[in-house]
Amino acid sequence: MSGKLRDESKLYDSPPYILEVEDLWVKAGDNLILKGLDLRVGVGKLHVIFGPNGSGKSTLLGAIMGLPQFEVIKGDIKFRGRSILGLSTDERAKLGIGLAFQRPPLIKGVRLRALLATLNGGDAKIEELAANLDLKNHLDRELNDGFSGGEMKRSEILQLLVQRPELVLLDEPESGVDLENITLLARFIGELLERGKHIVDRKRSGIIITHTGHILSYLNADIAHVMMEGKILCHGSPMDVLHQIKAKGYKECVECLLGEQSKEEAA
Amino acid sequence: MTDKIPEEELKRLERVGYDSSGKLHRAGSFLITDDQIVETEKKEKDVEILPLKKALEVYPWVEELMFRAVPKDKDEYTKIAAENPPIGYFIRALPGAKVKAPVQACFFLKTTRFSQVVHNIVVAEPGSELHIITGCISAFYVKEGKHISLTEYYVRKGALLTYSMVHDWSYEVEVFPRSGAEVEDGGVFVSNYVALTPAKKVQSYPMARVKKDGFAGFYSIVYAHPDTYFDLGAATLLEEPGARGEIISRVVSNGGEVISRGHILGAAGKTAGHMECSGLLLKDEGYIHAIPELKGATSDTELSHEAAVGRIAPEEISYLMSRGLDEESARALIIRGFLDIKIKDLPEELQKSIDEMIKTATSGGAI
Repeated sequence: MSGKLRDESKLYDSPPYILEVEDLWVKAGDNLILKGLDLRVGVGKLHVIFGPNGSGKSTLLGAIMGLPQFEVIKGDIKFRGRSILGLSTDERAKLGIGLAFQRPPLIKGVRLRALLATLNGGDAKIEELAANLDLKNHLDRELNDGFSGGEMKRSEILQLLVQRPELVLLDEPESGVDLENITLLARFIGELLERGKHIVDRKRSGIIITHTGHILSYLNADIAHVMMEGKILCHGSPMDVLHQIKAKGYKECVECLLGEQSKEEAA
Repeated sequence: MTDKIPEEELKRLERVGYDSSGKLHRAGSFLITDDQIVETEKKEKDVEILPLKKALEVYPWVEELMFRAVPKDKDEYTKIAAENPPIGYFIRALPGAKVKAPVQACFFLKTTRFSQVVHNIVVAEPGSELHIITGCISAFYVKEGKHISLTEYYVRKGALLTYSMVHDWSYEVEVFPRSGAEVEDGGVFVSNYVALTPAKKVQSYPMARVKKDGFAGFYSIVYAHPDTYFDLGAATLLEEPGARGEIISRVVSNGGEVISRGHILGAAGKTAGHMECSGLLLKDEGYIHAIPELKGATSDTELSHEAAVGRIAPEEISYLMSRGLDEESARALIIRGFLDIKIKDLPEELQKSIDEMIKTATSGGAI
């Protein structure tokens, strides 16, 4: 990849940035997963990251959230212009970063209601939000105990709606969700990200990881990236990129996009 | 009569659900300190509260109930209880009486190196409803001591009896409760046990014999501090058709040693029993030894158990931290939730007191 393209990738979104990931190298256990990743997310923007299994998408979100199984060995992550590498997971959450897990753990004993009450100090809106997400009967159940795939995803979104993060990280929010529920889910992800507001009024930003791209039929993203082998290789408009991936698969898609970008550079 | 007891000690009794202010609705009270009966008070007409010695004089038939649910020669502690004069309570709900407010009882150990020996009998007459909360507590200054108790429960036809026991001992106190229940046709017996504070040794293994269509449930919440040894469990014998049983225990070890036993026997047709032994280890020291036993002695019985002993998985902590909880709060939320089994039919104030104790046990030095 040429140096020029790399610079472009850094500046693909426009300032002010809520998130700046710079030359990030991350290990999970003994495996080097991210190998010099750059990404900038502007305030109010929704980025989508495509990539095959094992490309490091979840690792990127985990590293931004500061989950302990991911070790940053080089590079930096800045939130609102300040490095957050020295902060613990809960400190990052308090700053305004929230993550919807792809596979949230089962936590015996902790009822969904108890966790939500801890997050907002007992705000009465919990009932209403839960009803909106069709999770009223789940409030008194233990977290993810016997939840279906779709229920888990909606519970993640419900928690984020109570938590109200400024930067929303969504790890495959639609996987395992039936079609009927994707609409519901996408509506509330949209609300979480203030997608209904005009771009200039939008304060909340997001990164959404998707394997299939289904969610994009219900939710407009601003910028798409393709990630492979621990790096972001190219960018484009979400629908174009999705179309390319669907038509040609990841590898060809990347070659093609790189080709087009080279042509542009040459021109 | 409680005016003889210093204020601070009365305050301490509140921790195990004993209200001496009269503010809380109670059907009656019974209080023993060391070997003295300090209070016997009945507030509702359909309930009888007597010192056992007195009950034996008033009702000759009580003699027949002595050592029927718990045999005299069961072990060295039942023998000690049999050799001692019968100090303890006799609590009875009259036939058909629905006594909604709980009767409160308390055994208070206030002299160091004292051996408290008690014998109690509870009778829920046919069709009656009776709730008893018993607190066992030692004065904060008591270093060494022993509490031996023998309690027999008789749940007559169609009666409901809930018996909730909260232990609040101190290090160096040894406790040997021995109890047994007879649950007659259609009767319901619910036993709740809560132990969240340190003790040197507690050994308890109540047994219920359940007749036709009856039910016996044992629920326990245990938090074992370092240098605490608990050998706890329950047995339910489903002896006649339609009898059901449940044994559920939640045990946290913060370095203490815990044996968690359970035994359900299905000996008759259409019987069903379920057991859950869950253990959470917070430290490498100590252990939780779950011994769930099921014995089906007929083909028409359904018995099941779930047992799990483990630690809090790191991903559970980091998940909660990603929601903004610091590590200590995340751990406390998990432990508190783990111990919260929503004990059945518990009076609200006692539930609050237990919640408070869980909070204390799971914060500060405990984690």
